[in-house]
Amino acid sequence: MTTTRTGYKWVGTRPVRHDGLDKVTGRARFGADYATAGMLHGVVLRSPHVHARILSIDLTEAAAMPGVKAIITGADLPDIPDETGTGSEGGINFRDLSRNILARDKVLYEGHPVAAVAAVTLRAAQRAAEAIEVDYEILPAVLSLEEAMEDDAPVLHDDLFTLGLDSPPDRPSNISRRRVIARGDLDAGWEEADVVVEREYTTKAVHQGYIEPHAVVAETGEDGRSTLWCSSQGHFAMRTYTTKVLGWEPGDMKVIPAEIGGGFGGKTTIYLEPLAALLSRRAGRAVKMVMTRSEVFRATGPTSGSVMRIKMGARRDGKLVAATAWMAYEAGAFPGSPIGPGVMTVLACYDIPNVLIEGYDVVLNKPKVAAYRAPGAPMAAFAAESVVDELAEELGIDPIELRLRNAVTEGVRAVYGPKYRKIGFVETLEEARDHPHYSAPLGPWQGRGVASGYWFNFGGETTATVSINEDGTAVVMSGCPDIGGTRAALAQMAAEELGIDVHRIEPVVADTHSIGYNDMTGGSRVAFAVGIAVVDASRQLIDDMCARAALIWDVPREEVEWVDGRAQSVTGAAAPLTLEELASGSGATGGPLSATVTVNPRGAGAGFSTQICDVEVDPDTGLVTVLRYTVVQDAGRAIHPDYVEGQMQGGAVQGIGWALNEEYIFDRNGVMENPGFLDYRMPVASDLPMIDTVIVEVPNPDHPYGVRGVGETGIIPPMAAVANAVYAATGKRMQDLPMSPVRVLEALSGD
Amino acid sequence: MARVFFPTALQQLTGDLEECEIEASTVRELFVRLEDRFPGIREQLASAAVAIDGDVVPGALLERLEPDSEVHFLPAISGG
Amino acid sequence: MSRTHVTCVLNGDEIDFLCNDYQTLLSALRDELGMIGTKEGCGTGDCGACSVILDGQLVCSCLVFAPEVEGRRVETIEGLAEVDHLHPLQDSFLEGAAFQCGVCTPGFLMAAKALLDRNPSPTETEVRYGVAGNLCRCTGYDKIVRSILDAAARMSDPERQKEAT
Repeated sequence: MTTTRTGYKWVGTRPVRHDGLDKVTGRARFGADYATAGMLHGVVLRSPHVHARILSIDLTEAAAMPGVKAIITGADLPDIPDETGTGSEGGINFRDLSRNILARDKVLYEGHPVAAVAAVTLRAAQRAAEAIEVDYEILPAVLSLEEAMEDDAPVLHDDLFTLGLDSPPDRPSNISRRRVIARGDLDAGWEEADVVVEREYTTKAVHQGYIEPHAVVAETGEDGRSTLWCSSQGHFAMRTYTTKVLGWEPGDMKVIPAEIGGGFGGKTTIYLEPLAALLSRRAGRAVKMVMTRSEVFRATGPTSGSVMRIKMGARRDGKLVAATAWMAYEAGAFPGSPIGPGVMTVLACYDIPNVLIEGYDVVLNKPKVAAYRAPGAPMAAFAAESVVDELAEELGIDPIELRLRNAVTEGVRAVYGPKYRKIGFVETLEEARDHPHYSAPLGPWQGRGVASGYWFNFGGETTATVSINEDGTAVVMSGCPDIGGTRAALAQMAAEELGIDVHRIEPVVADTHSIGYNDMTGGSRVAFAVGIAVVDASRQLIDDMCARAALIWDVPREEVEWVDGRAQSVTGAAAPLTLEELASGSGATGGPLSATVTVNPRGAGAGFSTQICDVEVDPDTGLVTVLRYTVVQDAGRAIHPDYVEGQMQGGAVQGIGWALNEEYIFDRNGVMENPGFLDYRMPVASDLPMIDTVIVEVPNPDHPYGVRGVGETGIIPPMAAVANAVYAATGKRMQDLPMSPVRVLEALSGD
Repeated sequence: MARVFFPTALQQLTGDLEECEIEASTVRELFVRLEDRFPGIREQLASAAVAIDGDVVPGALLERLEPDSEVHFLPAISGG
Repeated sequence: MSRTHVTCVLNGDEIDFLCNDYQTLLSALRDELGMIGTKEGCGTGDCGACSVILDGQLVCSCLVFAPEVEGRRVETIEGLAEVDHLHPLQDSFLEGAAFQCGVCTPGFLMAAKALLDRNPSPTETEVRYGVAGNLCRCTGYDKIVRSILDAAARMSDPERQKEAT
């Protein structure tokens, strides 16, 4: 389903995207598609152990092998202090970042990099890596949240003391932080409740699963200046992080953004970039490094596995009166799980007066987690929205109706503090309730579930430039990689403002030396924040062009207006001047037509989604098949509805994979057993139905066209929607993800 | 007067005070006033994200506060 | 190490190249011939990003050794369009917004072409199974499946085909 609107010529339409031709012809260059003459190939030697002290590394044999040009280990990186920068969940700790990229004293997970080699061929580099002798002292490992949180658990970091406890701890542990949100009077709340449901839920680590593995080509010159070609969600951040880890100056590094083959949060940090840059410096040649899929699984991403206990109480009339949540998230080898947004979002859909939420960030011997689409929110919603579904059943109230009776609205104070501004949660619920899907008949072993989700969205630092060419075409330049159609959306907003055809605008993603700073493509921010900058720059240009027309006509500025891509005299005294005429004659009116705007906008509108899922469960095999799926989401305003729908559909399907199939499986020793797409089973086309979408548009007052971020919210409701549907089909509540056939069969045989 | 809300973790420093009103025209001024009143709080706030009227504002020190502004201290978020 | 000389027909042209015996067709295309349109997503035949058509058969080029293509016909994404117009699948993918990041797109297009070559009017289910060997993480497949169905309709409708060219 699509929404149509009037009043706009380009906003809300579906033009062919500007980078489309390159992408259907194979011409688009992604990370691994760059090459330079004479470049070397780099590989990483990774730890076979999950927790061990590095006693020694002997490079003698490897360094003497033919074709080997450079080898680096942790000792070659500066030992940077425990310093936190911004840009990631809870801030990015550069010491941890450095030690994740190349281990220093200890290895903390299987796949942890220990050394990197550059050689004339990939084979030579691989053989040299195999010839590096590392002497390890194996240490006891912690592989589960329960183990890691025990008092006598082996500790990963001797200097990790839990933050946020009532009294400071006297010894290190694996719990890096406790977060608490409390309000109201819980005792009174439970007293008031007629129905109380309390359940425990678990989820496994899952990977972002982008199809393009991490890749980089680095060329560092004799003067220490370097150029990186890499795919990431933000090349400015890649430069900041890489130079920080190397102790280099950011201004000495140029990062050229490749097309990015999917990120979903997983490409907001660095892995190979400093290794390639430093190897290149040591070897005096360009170095290319590309991860294998197994390396991607074992040493990048994933998002946290979790354990959550949720208790919620409601009055007979459906009013939620009290809730507690206890949540522990796996951070992997270094602190920094998304427990912060986890505790903030878990109950954020509902207006509940009495609440206590407690969250723990826990390190263990698994790969360090990275951001993944609405980090921390999907697993929390799985737990909370499953409990809401149970309450609805106990109360005999339709699950959407129960949500409507408790839904947050404008002016309501979110559980984590601030008041919501204009939001469209109720609208998503009403659209879902009224959708034909919600009342369609179901067959035997079929069931329907609903769930909702909330995400903050983000603004962020932004630079955009709009320039007019002499033929009246325009260039819209930003520094945010285009992962899902943002070039088109930005061009549409510029076309709407300038009054020219969207395909007379070329949207460009510029490198770090060609435009001012931009935060990453993340937090669902590009159409919002970069959109604001592009619209502002376009308006500045229009003002400038009107002034030039006034100069040409020798009339006051007020007598000129911009209509349909032309400067027009309000008195009709002169024939209109087109963009082309103004641009080709710009030398006589003050020089080229170009405007740059920088912003750090507030007001990223919060996103809500409500989703409906029908499943059929095969009682003989436990296989759950999704029969029908509808995503309702508030986009504020859909600039390019195709790509808004695409975000909603893609997010939902990632969530379906998380619900049904995907999980990191480790053996007894903590070695990942399924580091490939055959055994880490992401959804394929034949697993799925069409994913229906309803774009709700409750405009965000803080964006010129009303845009809210749409990239992340869609992944939040699916796991609970699927679980609630499985319950409706089978009468079994699934509290542990994934709901694989084995687990479902187990639940069914419990009868 | 800006209305300042303290997260549970900070309420040890504020003597269990959950919120208070403080005269400040910028976040920087607010931090100074808060430190005067609750010694040690500024260090704790260094790692928090500042939300003004519901918006998390990165690098908020110089940000202006309106007389009716609400200030919250939240865990940092950037999203995926 | 001596290299192997391979002659084949690549996108209609007879070409030859040198490669190592252990090199995959994927690697030969990308690293020896500079044809970077064929992508590597896994290297183990699980994701389909490297899909090419070999003697009319859809294969993962990461699972074929380069010397195996001696004397055979290889079709890659670079050969899909004609000089002055795109293949209907490419038009449909563009107009149907069938990709977001685009890294899986060449593989999907080749898999879809192989499907339509042998089944010009597939059902939705046949399309879904026809591209079940290709992973896309961005789209949830909805718009890909619709675009392939749309291309099939275009190709069987002479009016629309004319319109496209």
